[in-house]
Amino acid sequence: MLDTLKSRIYQGQQFIKDIPNAPMREQFRGFPILKNIEGANLQKCVDACPTGALKLNPLSIDMGKCTFCGACKNADKSNSIDFSNYYKLASTSREKLIITEGMTPEEYEKTAVEVRKEITSVFSKSLKLRQVSAAGCNGCEMELNACSNCNFDMGRFGIDFVASPRHADGIVITGPISKNMTYALEDCYKSVPYPKIVILCGTCAISGGIYQDAQEINREFLEKYPIDLYIPGCPVHPLTFINSVLSFIRNKK
Amino acid sequence: MNWIRTKNNTKINLNEIPCLEIQELRKEIIKEQKRPVAFFGKDWGNERVRLFVVLADDKQGELLVSSALFRSFEKSYESLTQDIPAFHIFEREFYEDFGIEPLHHQWLKPVRKNQKDYPFFEMQGEEVHQVGVGPIHAGVIEPGHFRFMCNGETVYHLEIMLGYQHKGVENLILKHPSNQLAESIVGDSVIAYNTAYSNIMETLKDIKISNKAQLIRKLALEMERAAIHIGDMGAVAGDIAYLMGAAVFGVTRTLVINTMLEFSGSRFGRGLISTGGVNFDLDKEKIERAQKTFEKVEKDVERMAKTMLKNSSVMSRLEKTGTVSTERALEIGLVGMAARASGVELDTRFDFPDKWINELNVERKPFKGAGDVLSRFKLRYKEVLESLAIVRKCFKELEKYADEPVMTYSDNQYAKDAFAISIVEGWRGEVVHIAMTDNTGALTRYKIKDPSFNNWYGLALAVRNNGISDFPLCNKSFNLSYSGNDL
Repeated sequence: MLDTLKSRIYQGQQFIKDIPNAPMREQFRGFPILKNIEGANLQKCVDACPTGALKLNPLSIDMGKCTFCGACKNADKSNSIDFSNYYKLASTSREKLIITEGMTPEEYEKTAVEVRKEITSVFSKSLKLRQVSAAGCNGCEMELNACSNCNFDMGRFGIDFVASPRHADGIVITGPISKNMTYALEDCYKSVPYPKIVILCGTCAISGGIYQDAQEINREFLEKYPIDLYIPGCPVHPLTFINSVLSFIRNKK
Repeated sequence: MNWIRTKNNTKINLNEIPCLEIQELRKEIIKEQKRPVAFFGKDWGNERVRLFVVLADDKQGELLVSSALFRSFEKSYESLTQDIPAFHIFEREFYEDFGIEPLHHQWLKPVRKNQKDYPFFEMQGEEVHQVGVGPIHAGVIEPGHFRFMCNGETVYHLEIMLGYQHKGVENLILKHPSNQLAESIVGDSVIAYNTAYSNIMETLKDIKISNKAQLIRKLALEMERAAIHIGDMGAVAGDIAYLMGAAVFGVTRTLVINTMLEFSGSRFGRGLISTGGVNFDLDKEKIERAQKTFEKVEKDVERMAKTMLKNSSVMSRLEKTGTVSTERALEIGLVGMAARASGVELDTRFDFPDKWINELNVERKPFKGAGDVLSRFKLRYKEVLESLAIVRKCFKELEKYADEPVMTYSDNQYAKDAFAISIVEGWRGEVVHIAMTDNTGALTRYKIKDPSFNNWYGLALAVRNNGISDFPLCNKSFNLSYSGNDL
């Protein structure tokens, strides 16, 4: 008992106090910065991209396809492509995830998440989510679990993962959606009472990512039902997830 | 010659692999009495299938490879599982992929396909009932279906039906081989998978990587082991409602993975390793900061684990729960951490050592495991401290190679008609990758075996005669991979 108390005092406070402004290590590969630098061999960068996220003419990166692996940056030393440590990457629109030359994170953030009154009025103080891993590799799943640990403590904002879809306000999908998970995923979605939201978490969920050409996946679910929020990352960092959801459910910029 | 002997990360000529009749190969396998590492087919043209077998000679640090050819009219053979139960899952997979039936296999159920008609065992009796769980579980984890046959609260048997994560990874690698795909196969073993993939590519393409790159890979692998073990110790604590442990181990793990973020830009080490070496160098400042962090991690883990294991209510939940005996572990062929916790000395870091095991003077420290949850917890605790010690040694050794490059660039193509095996001891156990090329130098088969492939059945045995409420605890103590099994 005394040892436990001692441990408790020794640990002190571990939580990040200000989640929306939490600092991120500079090495983190987040929001891509594209510059037109003369003499850059961008074709090499395109060839290095494993998912076809990087396009030329005009130069753009689709964050919904990007795995943030940094291969494009390593392929050409001109620094035309760089990854900032800016981590608020989510958008309510699939098209907005495509980043073009010269775009800054501040500009992106202004329009990326469209706040809807029907969402903020219902979910701003409490959002219960059912997570469905549909062939996710356990990367995003581990990071989503980390959202609830003592550092990030997502529960303080009223956001929690719940066990039953009946208790949930929406589902969070990770993974490229395997054929074998299509039935369970749809079943789970149908079991969530209205009003409900769908969040795609991670590159695989948004576009299939590195698995877009795999034989055993089936992404029809995404055509059938509306998607409310896209959160890029491979895997999604807990700060990205929590801040994305917060900006979506709270009317604060 | 019925076998060809090879080593880890060594290329052999495909044409030198003996090709026997299946009856003969079967006799050979039974005669050798060695541990199966791989047992898989390859389409051999004209409706023929060639079966490749790799056995591990752990004492000698060698791998035995042989094969058999099934002609179009040969659609069955006498199963090996009858004589060596460890083959049960391999034969099931081979049957599922190629339709060649192992006769008298007592357990010929689907592995990852054909879930619709899964033949569950049934139990009958007045008090008997079944509990079905999944594929979507209560927590944030990967999907799989569990069916418990219970009498009251006691579990008689657990059937584990997997396959929900099946994406067709092995075929996708043939189409688009990349480091990024390799590290996305099992997202909690990024370093182990990417190291195995890179090793095999470097073997096939004859690329020599620098000492520095080898050391950075090694220390990253040990950091991954330490981070996951600490996280799982927290998860075990959480499952017995010892929240202090869950909280402290949780935040201690964060320190390790945030150091990984500093090293590689990703908390799990994505983007760190590429074929040819590693993408990031470690400067002095980073190493010093990491050293300090790891000293704290060591201290905190030790402090919390000792406090936790002194608590009698913790001990009563962990001790003698979910036991897999040494005999059983050997019989069903458990590998890695789960095997060591059951008292089977098996660690491919030492059985198939690279040069650093000697140069860094790393010694195998035996562990007396009883095979219960407590043993698996204590083993993780021990391995966290050992891994951090290895990381420290790697940091020191790196000073010697400060001037070396981290990356070797090369345009080499795959060797022709080659066969190579790469084994990496991830935190769960041996991650085995096998690649084959044809006479034009094209990659024609890529086989992956995750330690979970062997160990899922161990979990099923562990919960027998335990209360059903102890299942989450047993499950967490193994923490097996669904993706690694389903591929």
